[in-house]
Amino acid sequence: MNAVLGNKKAIALLLGPALLVYTLVMLVPIFWSFGYTFQSGSPLAGFHWVGLTNFRTFFDDPTAWAAVRFTIKYAVVLTAGQILAGYGLALLYVFFLRRASGLIRTLVFFPIILPTVAVALLFQQIFASVPMEGPVNTILQGVGIDPIDWFGHPATAFWVIIVMDIWRSMGFYAVLLYAGLVDIPEEIIESARLDGAARWSLVRSIVIPLSFPVLISTVIFSINGTLKVFDSVLALTGGGPGTTTSPLTLYMFQTSFSYGDYGYGSTIALVLTILCLVVTVAILRTNRREGRGA
Amino acid sequence: MSEMTYQRAHVTSAAGAPPDGAGRFLRRLPIRLLLAVLVAIEALPMLWLLLGSFKTQDDFLNRPFYALPSRFDLDNYVSAFTTGDLGQYIRNSVIAVFPALFVALLIGVAAAFALEVMVFKGRGFILIAFLAGIMVPGQMILLPLFTVYFKAHLTGTLWPLLITYTAISLPLIVFMMTTYFRAVPRELFEAATIDGAGIFRTFWSVGVPIVRNAIITVGMVQFFFIWNDLLIAITFTNSQSLQTIQVGLLNFTGPYGSIQYGPLFAAICVSVFGTLLIYLFLNQRIMRGLAAGSIKG
Repeated sequence: MNAVLGNKKAIALLLGPALLVYTLVMLVPIFWSFGYTFQSGSPLAGFHWVGLTNFRTFFDDPTAWAAVRFTIKYAVVLTAGQILAGYGLALLYVFFLRRASGLIRTLVFFPIILPTVAVALLFQQIFASVPMEGPVNTILQGVGIDPIDWFGHPATAFWVIIVMDIWRSMGFYAVLLYAGLVDIPEEIIESARLDGAARWSLVRSIVIPLSFPVLISTVIFSINGTLKVFDSVLALTGGGPGTTTSPLTLYMFQTSFSYGDYGYGSTIALVLTILCLVVTVAILRTNRREGRGA
Repeated sequence: MSEMTYQRAHVTSAAGAPPDGAGRFLRRLPIRLLLAVLVAIEALPMLWLLLGSFKTQDDFLNRPFYALPSRFDLDNYVSAFTTGDLGQYIRNSVIAVFPALFVALLIGVAAAFALEVMVFKGRGFILIAFLAGIMVPGQMILLPLFTVYFKAHLTGTLWPLLITYTAISLPLIVFMMTTYFRAVPRELFEAATIDGAGIFRTFWSVGVPIVRNAIITVGMVQFFFIWNDLLIAITFTNSQSLQTIQVGLLNFTGPYGSIQYGPLFAAICVSVFGTLLIYLFLNQRIMRGLAAGSIKG
């Protein structure tokens, strides 16, 4: 039996193709990209060694720091929004709709599967101001507020991106968190109810602690996605006005392909990777400490 | 107090005809309003999009957004496909995505089987190496890949997309499929080998059928990831004739010049409702798979 399940040739045949493709197309490029951070140039112009210049440039580059700040601000605000909206919906499903939640769950879930580009182009028109007045501005005028040039100011453009991304993803996060909530045994909630726990304190002292592990993995999942935001921003604002809504991903893309600087582009990509790594590890460690305390 | 009313409402609903119908209606009113708002938030943009796909340029510019289209015909759709080249974009997407997904599922499931069911040194390490791929941003592999594709004269074809999509699908497929294989009792595979089945037969006739639903779920999730991808598609398609639907859609607004609203809305409509149809078709499967707890901590 172990001769069959430990057959070296079979293992090589089953695992080999995936491992080979993965190594060649993902692992090798990751290290290769790391090598680019010490060089300057592009495949067309050729590369030359520049040592740590790219990192020095990064530290003195106000656009890069603005991109770091935007990335973090966007990730924090959107993750908070996704988790709050998703958790609220999940509680609604579990405690109010119960068995009848199937239809509404599906309805709120569906935007996540839509192409981000299509949704972004739609929201561009929903928040449009000129030449066509979009629905939002028309409604604002209806209640006596002057129309707003949503994409003309950094702050309003930022919030349009957030609103669109919460619209897209809250149903998805609701389903993830719902899966954690339905796992809480009915008896625990029932006995808390008999003890006279009011609804809010029931949620705070029983439901949230019991769903904490799922909450943490959802936060990690969310922050990992939001730090890498690209499609939403590119299709909705293009990083504008100016570069005020450019995250690191977009700045990296423009540096590499518009300015043809692969070395500096790789440096920005590396900073982004380190950011993702640090945030994930930090959340995991906080989680472990909380788990021990409980 | 709210707890009492909640329980009472529950009891009355279980009893069938509620004795205090009006009171119950009022108590449930906030929830009903909330649900109505929720439905409106999700459905109204879709309705506006659909109506917009029939509107003329004049409807968009000179009539309010809630006005109905002045006519219902398919002119906008025709122009999205003829002048807009939408068909070409969809064809490119299909050519790049489906073969990549098929190959990734085939080799990914095989790798997951080897990593979870078979016995050898270094399994843990290889699994972690695959896992790392989920976290690393796509930007990190873009530039070396571009260099290689450029040197190999593959730019100008759809091969870069196909190859890259296959590779980036692997981490999630391998990771999720190993968790599904872990749930299968080992005795099953051991029994198969004791009965004299070779390892490939055990994989193909026992392993694959048992996790068939999981393969479909993972395949669907991964399908939406690469079908909706913009980053890789926009990087490796240097000419308009190679663009996928996500990149091609961007051409409908164009950074400068006036937007043709009708064809733009028609194109978004095709993208949105086409994807929605696939989703509705397979939605039950995805929900079941997600609820089965793929990322539970």
